[in-house]
Amino acid sequence: MLRAALIAVGFFFSFMLLYSFGRGAIDYIAEPPVATVESVFHKHPKEIAYSFDGPAGHYDRAQLQRGFLVYKEVCAACHGLKLVAYRDLENIGYSPAMVKAIAKQGPPQATFNTVTGDAGTRPSTPADHFAPVYYAGAGTPPDLSLIAKSRHGGASYIDSLLTGYQAQPAELLKQFPDAKTPEGLHYNPYFANLNLAMPPPLTTDGQVTYSDGTKATKAQMAKDVSAFLMWAAEPKLETRHATGFAVLFFLLIATGLAYFSYRNIWANKAH
Amino acid sequence: MATLEQIEMPEPVGEEGGVRRRDFINIAAVAFAGVGAVVVVLPLINQMNPSADVLAQATTEVDLAAIAEGMAIKTIFRSQPLFVRHLTAKEIAEADAVDTSSLRDPQTLEERTVGGKKQWLITMGVCTHLGCVPLGAGEGEPRGEYGGYFCPCHGSAYDTAARIRKGPAPKNLVVPEYKYTSDTAVLIG
Amino acid sequence: MSFPWAKNYEPKLPAMKWVDERLPLPRFVYNAVGAGYPVPRNLNYFWNFGVLAGVALTIQLVTGIILAMHYHSSAGEAFNSVEAIMRDVNAGWMLRYAHANGASFFFIVVYIHIFRGLFFGSYKAPREMVWLLGVVIFLLMMATAFMGYVLPWGQMSYWGAQVITGLFSALPVVGEPVHTWLLGGFAPGDATLTRFFSLHYLLPFVLAAVIILHIWALHIPGSSNPTGVEVKDEQDTVPFHPYYTAKDGMGLGIFLIIYCAALFFAPNYLGHPDNYIPANPLATPAHIVPEWYFWPFYAILRAFTFDFFFVPAKLLGVLAMFAAILILFFLPWLDNSPVRSGSYRPKFKIFFVVLVVDVLILGWCGGSPAEPAYVLISQVAAAYYFAHFLIVLPALARFEKPLPLPGSITEAVLAKNGLTPAVAPAE
Repeated sequence: MLRAALIAVGFFFSFMLLYSFGRGAIDYIAEPPVATVESVFHKHPKEIAYSFDGPAGHYDRAQLQRGFLVYKEVCAACHGLKLVAYRDLENIGYSPAMVKAIAKQGPPQATFNTVTGDAGTRPSTPADHFAPVYYAGAGTPPDLSLIAKSRHGGASYIDSLLTGYQAQPAELLKQFPDAKTPEGLHYNPYFANLNLAMPPPLTTDGQVTYSDGTKATKAQMAKDVSAFLMWAAEPKLETRHATGFAVLFFLLIATGLAYFSYRNIWANKAH
Repeated sequence: MATLEQIEMPEPVGEEGGVRRRDFINIAAVAFAGVGAVVVVLPLINQMNPSADVLAQATTEVDLAAIAEGMAIKTIFRSQPLFVRHLTAKEIAEADAVDTSSLRDPQTLEERTVGGKKQWLITMGVCTHLGCVPLGAGEGEPRGEYGGYFCPCHGSAYDTAARIRKGPAPKNLVVPEYKYTSDTAVLIG
Repeated sequence: MSFPWAKNYEPKLPAMKWVDERLPLPRFVYNAVGAGYPVPRNLNYFWNFGVLAGVALTIQLVTGIILAMHYHSSAGEAFNSVEAIMRDVNAGWMLRYAHANGASFFFIVVYIHIFRGLFFGSYKAPREMVWLLGVVIFLLMMATAFMGYVLPWGQMSYWGAQVITGLFSALPVVGEPVHTWLLGGFAPGDATLTRFFSLHYLLPFVLAAVIILHIWALHIPGSSNPTGVEVKDEQDTVPFHPYYTAKDGMGLGIFLIIYCAALFFAPNYLGHPDNYIPANPLATPAHIVPEWYFWPFYAILRAFTFDFFFVPAKLLGVLAMFAAILILFFLPWLDNSPVRSGSYRPKFKIFFVVLVVDVLILGWCGGSPAEPAYVLISQVAAAYYFAHFLIVLPALARFEKPLPLPGSITEAVLAKNGLTPAVAPAE
């Protein structure tokens, strides 16, 4: 009795699904889905090699410092980095004194005197975090603390985006005449919606001056800042890889011993 | 009925060493895994230690130039009150004049200051009896019989070198570790 | 409860004797996992996965309790507290990645464990209760994992919670009130997050209790084996310790190698980048998808695109998604073939492989955007899924001709090792 009921339920669901399939298939054949402008013109991030790629990946401190400079001078005006503390910069090679100086340059922190009720400010110390940025108007640009982990393609996506600004191709307008880039937006095929509110931040070579003498071309700045943002998102990457090698090495030996122990115990038992 | 035991090899007979040698791999495997288990526990315990953001608050800098002679400030060090006092010459003399053998917690002012700068007395603002915040650092606060700090909770009185003279507190106010980063600034912690 | 030839507990150490006389726990352990528990000698590596599931649960419990020491469960602080764990807490990054990847590995191990049960007929009499408790464990795992994923309060956390709690509003009459009751509001918010944290902490302990019942129910008849033929006498078995403690120890090593490789070298591979964006109720992600272990069920949910008279498609999808799991409860009665193991059921084997492929296809569809091509494929795949359990298995049980079974486990082992049965020795 129960089985009959269950079999009936099975027939019902299978019927509904195949009916849906049938109707859907007919619709699909009658009106095949139209390609959207995004599906045709969106580009996947370029393949870019970074020092932190792969299981043996590590950061290049000189590159991270250059990238930090680009962030500070080009990006920080609009994009916050509020999950990173100034003291974390010691891990990319800055001395404690330099970190203190960088912190002092940042916006002051708000203070509140609970006795008098006065609000005040104090200069930032290394224990403080980078400032968040809030915008009035169209919308706050995203905080960059986790940008490299919150986008498919990670650092490669950021680099491709920064160097990917171009004029809308004529072919696009021919195929999709309604898809002209609206006023105030900028065409960038690496962005999912193709039109980005951020104006190209890297406009000329030499926008910043690197202290280690590296030429600050647009491509170089894009690579350096995307590497820095990867560090900002995943500062423990090197520790993680090192611990991983130690753990796997231990486990390989332990499993080997366990295997021989297993063989030893089962040696005279057919199974 | 077939028996598997017929094709199962017997244990080596009378070979004490032989059986033990074959067990060695089992002991080795378990011991190695045991070491691994102990090593795994270490980060599980260490995570309860102060995290990086808490350790970053583990030092406090104080600018001494703002503190006039005879004045003191109250500030925070590791989430607890800290008293920084600029002693007058009279207060220094008073502290030095005391015979340390008569003190409950014998210490000279020299021992309680750093680098020979006896005019800067930096102590925790926590009474060593039961933890109240003594009075005397703020302007107009009573400084007790010995001219230093006075704890209103149970009447402990400290002298100009913040040493306990009267009342139930067993020890002098704690002097934290600090060093001068310049003539007018100290780093505490 | 056990076999008559099971060894008796004889404590050698005086201390153990003292404890055992006052609280028979040493005896209990000896009879459950020690030398006092006979187990078929021919278990293959698919039998390792039960213990591995227990290990995965232990990893989740330990890392979870520790993470709870640092996590803040309010909507305003949750995301930042998780990042503080990743950046500032000593080894916090390792604990967080261990817990997130641990959930995935728990499901991998349990899925293999379930498919082992499906193939070898572990759900058949007299082990139906073990199977039923197992389905309860699976449901509890899914509830725990769903709530756990909401806790970081990222975009996928929020919108996943929005979609899944929204399913309840599809129920007629009680739908909306139940929906609001679950959320504690009109949309996922602080109330939802705090209650999910409380329940996420509670359910794993309920899970542990059900697992104890699961193992207890198993130990009444004892483990099944790849032939499906029940244990007949002593030479069919070996004591659990040291034979299966050693085998499980080795299996554990292999599991840990794979788990640690993922944790240390690809910790975000199984996750979704959108969950590194703080939750924004005003911005819906391009594609809302749950974690990979829910993908087959998500595909079934989205496969229903047409109403059935007065029943809206959304409700059909919800009912089908729950039905897809609830069918498993009825499996011992749907497939009542007297032959237990798929090794001796050639047609069953073919359909089993089709089922595995079908579930993989459903999973792939569930993780893909809801575009027409994927929906069409998932409709066919979901139709087969229901047909497999509700039509194919009962039919096979009725009409299939199985291969001849071995007389005993010993016979099967001898045959496998190419040994001829010897003449019985003279007594």
